[in-house]
Amino acid sequence: MKHLRPLNQKATRIVRQLAPPEEDVIALQNPQQPAPRPHIPMGCSLSFSPGWEVDSAGGTAGLCQPVERDIYDCYVTCFWPAQVPDHLNNSPNWANKCAAATKDWRDLDLVFP
Amino acid sequence: MIAAETRAYHLGEFRAFSAAGRRFLYLVPAGAIFELDAAAQTLIDRLACSEASHDQLVAELTAQGFSASDAQELIAELSQSRVIVGGDPAVGAVYDRAVVDSAYSCDDAPADFPLQTLVLNLTNQCNLSCQYCYEFGADKVATPSGKPKFMDFETAKASIDFLLNQSSGRRGVHITFFGGETLMNFPVLKQVVTYAKDRSAGEGRSIDFSLTTNATLLTPAIIEFLSENRIGVTVSMDGPADLHDKLRVFANGRGSYDVIEPRVRALIQNHRTRPITARVTLTSGVTDVIRIFRHLKNDLGFHEVGFAPVTTSPNRLYAINDRGMDQVLEQFHILADEYLEYALRGEMHGFSNVSDTLSELYQGVNKSHPCGAALGLVGVGPSGDIAPCHRFVDSDNHALGHISTGIDREKQKDFLRRGHINSKYDCHTCWARPLCAGGCHHEAYVRYGDTGHPNLHYCDWIRGWTDTCLRIYGAISVQNPEFLRLFAERKALS
Repeated sequence: MKHLRPLNQKATRIVRQLAPPEEDVIALQNPQQPAPRPHIPMGCSLSFSPGWEVDSAGGTAGLCQPVERDIYDCYVTCFWPAQVPDHLNNSPNWANKCAAATKDWRDLDLVFP
Repeated sequence: MIAAETRAYHLGEFRAFSAAGRRFLYLVPAGAIFELDAAAQTLIDRLACSEASHDQLVAELTAQGFSASDAQELIAELSQSRVIVGGDPAVGAVYDRAVVDSAYSCDDAPADFPLQTLVLNLTNQCNLSCQYCYEFGADKVATPSGKPKFMDFETAKASIDFLLNQSSGRRGVHITFFGGETLMNFPVLKQVVTYAKDRSAGEGRSIDFSLTTNATLLTPAIIEFLSENRIGVTVSMDGPADLHDKLRVFANGRGSYDVIEPRVRALIQNHRTRPITARVTLTSGVTDVIRIFRHLKNDLGFHEVGFAPVTTSPNRLYAINDRGMDQVLEQFHILADEYLEYALRGEMHGFSNVSDTLSELYQGVNKSHPCGAALGLVGVGPSGDIAPCHRFVDSDNHALGHISTGIDREKQKDFLRRGHINSKYDCHTCWARPLCAGGCHHEAYVRYGDTGHPNLHYCDWIRGWTDTCLRIYGAISVQNPEFLRLFAERKALS
């Protein structure tokens, strides 16, 4: 850390956690590599969102996770054009009771036009 | 899919503050405090205006004289520590919490959480009749009828055994004696101390004690016992006579100041093994914080003085209204400034409200629950009923089991689930939530009828106070960083 000076115990933990491991697999390291850039998972499947799915019969009842979870993902994190409440104009508060979709997906209600 | 480099960066969730000419930030999802250097300030100020893509930021920073690799490094550092975040701004910090790593998360409490502190309500009887008392007043939750009024030694003994059995892995445990008026059951207190010391010594563990009292029953012999056994003492006292006697009265209405004043002086003079603390309850008409502090600290000699507004439903006559609370906060600020002057000289000022907050800031707490109630701490009533804390003792609605059968895990789970920060949606956009976590379960019950309801009536107040303490923390970290080390020890001692 060069630009942020940790001032409490939690900040120190974060700095320690972010410090690159020393002498780790030296043979495979390339000293010319640019500084690491932020890692952002690509696509949905890395962040608890397997995408829009139906089961073998074309329904959703047999899926391994609730369909509401998928809908929520289309609402905020994914550009997949599914029919979901629109968070810009008509339903800005639709997911207010859903702080963590993994736990709170039951609190996503239906929206009637 | 859009490439990572072209996704816009925006500011993460933090509270920025300045002190001693430097700039800091309090990183909310973690509870971490960082000081910013000039480069970090530049980047944050840039993103405060509008979001920008990675390439755009690099271009702008190089135009300001940064080398391209320095600019990339700066962006990477702030991004990895989540001071800035990339991606769709509509996602917001709340969603981020579900995926961030352990240093930032505040997940469900572990199912197996060993006890650390037991609060023994040795009696539910009291020789005073303070109108605002949460145990006897109009807002009481206790339902004591038909239950024992004094804890007998057998129950107390079973409680000690319970604490030692349920605290495996902890080197030291703590017992707080409480009431009613604790000293009305001094004989049992004495027996408990002896028994607990023998038992813990047999296990090679340490146990320490504290008690809260109204000081009316202190005698030289009791003071000597408390000092010899290193029992920490907190005296409930509301200030000089004219303020103290408004509500802290005997059953006949007579004020208790004249009775306790000589006893408090004797306590402070003769109990030399632990700091003696005063705990002030602020009520309507008893809001003269500075005068109260001066009297208790300077005239009587308490080592520490802590203040808390009375817990009450809002319509009570002794409830402090909003204007009163503003006055209290104003005076808190004056004492806080004084605290800072002391701290920069390396001296303890004695205003507990600052020390307590600094201590939590030093650790960087990020609370899943507002306090240890029903986690590392439980209260035990005279009957042996277990409650989430001393404030719920003797309440049938809130009992969590009995000392003979242990904690009812289902009830405990329900209490903790409702009190968890994740169930308090109002708190999710508040930057003070790592410290507050929605506030006292008991206060929430009295105000809103639900222990899991966030205490929305004092949000502004908590944020104002936390902001003040952050600035004090920042100033100390620049001008006398050694002082903060004291807080590394403090938690272990308290």
